[in-house]
Amino acid sequence: MLSSVRRTPVPRPGGPGGRAGPAAVPRRVLRWGGLGLLAAALLLTAAASLAIGAEHVPPGKVVSGLLSPDDSQSSLIVRELRLPRTLLGLAVGVALGLAGAVMQALTRNPLAEPGILGVNGGAALAVVAVMSAFRVDEVLVYVWAAFAGAAGAAALVYLVGARGRGGASPARLVLAGAAVNAVFTALTAGLMLLSPRTFNGFRFWQVGSLGGRGMDVLPRVLPFIAAGTVLALLLARPLNALGLGEDAGRALGARPGRTRALGAVAVVLLCGSATAAAGPIAFLGLAVPFIVRAAVGPDQRWVLPYSLLLAPVLLLGADIAGRVVAPGELETGIVTAFLGAPLFMLMVRRGRTRDL
Amino acid sequence: MSRTLRAGGLSLRFEPRSALVCGVLALVAAGAAVLVVGSGEFPIPASDVVRALLGQGDRATEFIVTTLRLPRAVTGLLAGLALGLSGAVFQSMSRNPLGSPDLIGFTTGSATGALLQILVFGGGAVAITVSSVAGAVLTALAVYLVAYRPGGGGVHGVRLVLIGVGAAAMLEALNSYLITRAELREAYEAAFWLTGSLNGRGWEQAVPLSIALAVLVPAALALGRPLAMGELGDDAAQALGVPVQRTRALLVVVGVGLVAAATAAVGPVPFVALAAPQLARRLTRRAGARLLPAALTGAALLACADLISLHLPVAVPAGVVTGVLGGAYLAWLLSTRKGTT
Repeated sequence: MLSSVRRTPVPRPGGPGGRAGPAAVPRRVLRWGGLGLLAAALLLTAAASLAIGAEHVPPGKVVSGLLSPDDSQSSLIVRELRLPRTLLGLAVGVALGLAGAVMQALTRNPLAEPGILGVNGGAALAVVAVMSAFRVDEVLVYVWAAFAGAAGAAALVYLVGARGRGGASPARLVLAGAAVNAVFTALTAGLMLLSPRTFNGFRFWQVGSLGGRGMDVLPRVLPFIAAGTVLALLLARPLNALGLGEDAGRALGARPGRTRALGAVAVVLLCGSATAAAGPIAFLGLAVPFIVRAAVGPDQRWVLPYSLLLAPVLLLGADIAGRVVAPGELETGIVTAFLGAPLFMLMVRRGRTRDL
Repeated sequence: MSRTLRAGGLSLRFEPRSALVCGVLALVAAGAAVLVVGSGEFPIPASDVVRALLGQGDRATEFIVTTLRLPRAVTGLLAGLALGLSGAVFQSMSRNPLGSPDLIGFTTGSATGALLQILVFGGGAVAITVSSVAGAVLTALAVYLVAYRPGGGGVHGVRLVLIGVGAAAMLEALNSYLITRAELREAYEAAFWLTGSLNGRGWEQAVPLSIALAVLVPAALALGRPLAMGELGDDAAQALGVPVQRTRALLVVVGVGLVAAATAAVGPVPFVALAAPQLARRLTRRAGARLLPAALTGAALLACADLISLHLPVAVPAGVVTGVLGGAYLAWLLSTRKGTT
């Protein structure tokens, strides 16, 4: 199934909804079953995220901390630290996984990813710029800044990568993203280095992490993530048509221009709010659709919901691993980079170089 | 436009435009370096700088120029030279203007080595140089090994670059980890260094860098011809008698050496390696890898960036200036239809 890396998403006739033959029904049942299993895995991971950490809290205390809050230390840890962190992980995971899936479908490029393509970097730069220029702590202000940064970065990368003969090949888009990301990194560093005080404020922020974010962040970004999620899920069919290629899609009545525009809006909403909430986290958007496509094939009507459920499982898993692996916690963004980058390299290695 | 000079059995191809461009670039680089020496808390006019460099200035000026400020200017020139040259080598090998060492992890690996030394082991300037070189070499080795596929025609240029992008992302995460774990003052210094800066560079950086370049620059220039042939494609180059894989390995060694030497001295300055060869190509209007013009462009770029950073109202490291200039360069690449990959 790994050979599906280079394959453009083409819906199979025997897929869900298609009444191509007797085999269609069992596969559909299987996929719904898989979705159920993933949902169960998500619940388990969320429970683990509440229970595991530097301070040992027995399972009974976790439950009582949630249901009948008192002033004991374990109850406080569960309610004040782990619950917000877990909820944030769920929201950010959904956002990044879906953003990755939509980006890969839009660009028809399995290497497209909000971290590598600099979209998260653009959002982070905008947040740092707004925070250091206006000294505002109002979450909503830097959520909007993150949207502006993400949109600017996405537009810039696509313009750089898609120019010239042959349009945006996978390699060119990645390289354009790396170049644009390097600009953002330099500018972010320049802003951070203006004084040791600003530097101290941002050196933790610019490593993506679920821990240590304020309680007020999640409620502010949640409406945007919800909007982006709904938009992305509604785009499943048009994205399938886009996967057939420009001309074939148009012949089937698809409107590629509108699909691209709406898809870009979804990506910007999701990446912008995820970065505003947790800082830049890379590679989740790469790994999730990759694994999902290997399991359910290229049909976006399955890829998107599976990505939506798998991404928070992986993100919370990475977060838990970061809490356990190193003394004093490893930031989530570092764990995802260390797990995701080797996968990226493997995909490049397996890809046929003719296309690269 | 090229002319051939013949004298008996010897013949030399001579390109007037390239020679002119190289001359102008060298002048720009030297001029910027002189102005860098003249800038600071105690400004010195350019004429006095030149007089002091020739040994005809007064004592105080001479002390400020040769002991305090000259090493910074020299380090900037040499590091820019090395970055421009290595950028030309890697871009030509990957046949892609974006395949420069600052995007594909070699610079980041070099920075990781130095950061480990600064923050964890607490070594001095020499130790930082050594571990910075080790970081670049290990990264390059790892990238090269992962990109190598026996059945897939050895190391393919673009695959090498993409693997490098992945490695860079991983190493950047490691660098952030190191920065967040360190004490604020140390971390601030390390972050300054990570951006690429010429502040406080002395002869202890300039001398090892010039020794390294004395070996690496002639080696790179000697490999210029097989490098240019490699741009025709692996098969064509093979047919012309170039041992493709061996040449590529040698070029990687030289290119990585150049990056490592430069990074050890000034930190991972972004975009000089990316932009210099491209600018040089447009200035000389010659296709392909022009190593000498690229090297001189790199030197001019870094010297000018340092000059700008010295005259900005806020203390900004030279790496931020090159980062912003790199962004402008990318935008320019966008606005012209020619600069396609």
